[in-house]
Amino acid sequence: MRKQQSCCPQTPGPPPSVCLPQTPALQQQEGEEERGGGEDVKLDLSEEEGEEESSELLGGQKPTGGFWTFEYYQSFFNVDTVQVLDRVKGSLMPLPGRNFIKHNLRSNPDLYGPFWICVTLVFSVAIGGNLSSFLSEKGNPSYHYRPHDDSCTRDLHVCLVGAHWFMGFLTWRQGAERQIGGYSFLETVCVYGYSLFIYIPTSVLWIIPFEWLRWTLIVVAMVISGSVLVLTFWPVVREDTKVMAVATVVTIVVLHTLLAVGCKMYFFQTEVHVPSAAPITPTINMTIATKAH
Amino acid sequence: MADEANRQFAGLSDVSISEDIPVEGDISRGEEDEFSTLDEPVKETILRDLRAVGSKFIHVLYPKRSSVLLRDWDLWGPLLLCVTLALLLQGGAADSEDQGGPQFAEVFVIVWFGSIIITLNSKLLGGTISFFQSLCVLGYCIMPLTAAMAVCRIVLVGGSGTVSFIVRLVVVTASFGWSTFASTAFLADNQPPGRKSLVVYPVFLFYFVIGWMVLTFSPSQ
Repeated sequence: MRKQQSCCPQTPGPPPSVCLPQTPALQQQEGEEERGGGEDVKLDLSEEEGEEESSELLGGQKPTGGFWTFEYYQSFFNVDTVQVLDRVKGSLMPLPGRNFIKHNLRSNPDLYGPFWICVTLVFSVAIGGNLSSFLSEKGNPSYHYRPHDDSCTRDLHVCLVGAHWFMGFLTWRQGAERQIGGYSFLETVCVYGYSLFIYIPTSVLWIIPFEWLRWTLIVVAMVISGSVLVLTFWPVVREDTKVMAVATVVTIVVLHTLLAVGCKMYFFQTEVHVPSAAPITPTINMTIATKAH
Repeated sequence: MADEANRQFAGLSDVSISEDIPVEGDISRGEEDEFSTLDEPVKETILRDLRAVGSKFIHVLYPKRSSVLLRDWDLWGPLLLCVTLALLLQGGAADSEDQGGPQFAEVFVIVWFGSIIITLNSKLLGGTISFFQSLCVLGYCIMPLTAAMAVCRIVLVGGSGTVSFIVRLVVVTASFGWSTFASTAFLADNQPPGRKSLVVYPVFLFYFVIGWMVLTFSPSQ
């Protein structure tokens, strides 16, 4: 193709991994006809760390302009509805031997899935938490339904999104340091994003006020989500020393568990019967006292 | 040779694109009109803008696949609707600790920030709609939910028991469906094939959140 010829000599083998900084203008003109994006970030760092073979993993991608152009970000959203649905299904059914990145992403990581799954999760947990506390307090006459609590918790949810990007960064950093053809940052974040999908139906089902059901649901969700992550990162990590491999995997699982359980404990509180009764009666007394004046 | 060059470029002189894109307020019609819009009474200017806004409201009420909303975009209507919705969601609390609804600024942030994110999303997915056109459509399609909020306030005056809740639920669900349907009628054509659902889902989520705010509004006791 025209772009390749002007960019570098025609090589049938590895993709043009050295084309990046020289001809950004040409690539911008072409727009985002080819898949790309993840390659851009990966190549920058591979040149820093001198890893040539990692670019082969992502094979065949063309960088699409600098990070200040719109096309660069457009390349992260180069997915169709069918592809997104396939990836979601892949995150729901982790089978041993099926690496999420190799099998579902196939060198086209996207940011649409992780972003909208996080946003949906934010709202579903907030709404579910509100509904569950409303249902559990329905018999309590002094309880006043406070939907406003939704907005206060939104800040915490920014932390959820930030935490998941941070974990993705840590894992990618681990993989990059080991120099074992690690995944690109974007792919790592993508896997984390899709692995959170199982929590959306879980948070909706948590409205049902049975403790045994809730704990069963959260265990099932953690198992599915954790196994997606472990199955994806195990091949990368296992070539390392035994101790480091196990430690990395355990850290991933523990952090993920903390995130899930922390969210659930905070938003789905059902043990507020006794404490909430105490502050309300003094308030009523105070209002009566002030009215008497 | 000069004749050939002239013939080659002769067609270009007939191309004029500025006439095909009417800007809001119709200021591009010509020199004599420019002077007359400066000289016209203020009442006429305001009435013209109001009529434009009003015609867009009617287009939302009966959503057909027309391009009027897209061509003559304006943000007055969305601003008006947002302010109305935020005002209607007020009055939920006498003291600030016991909020029955969101703050005025929160509604603004949700509506505008949400619209911007949805617009960015549709552009990143390869949509051909412009930024402000999309904001315009999303803002105007909040109208059914604002009407539902007004109805809910009226219903809540009568009491907040189960019957009123069911009535409110029906009204909010109907208006949420109407909003989503109206906005997809305007936005769906501008997306690349195979990605329409990817663009419609955030719109669905956006109106769902606003509908949830409307439904869970409870006035102060």
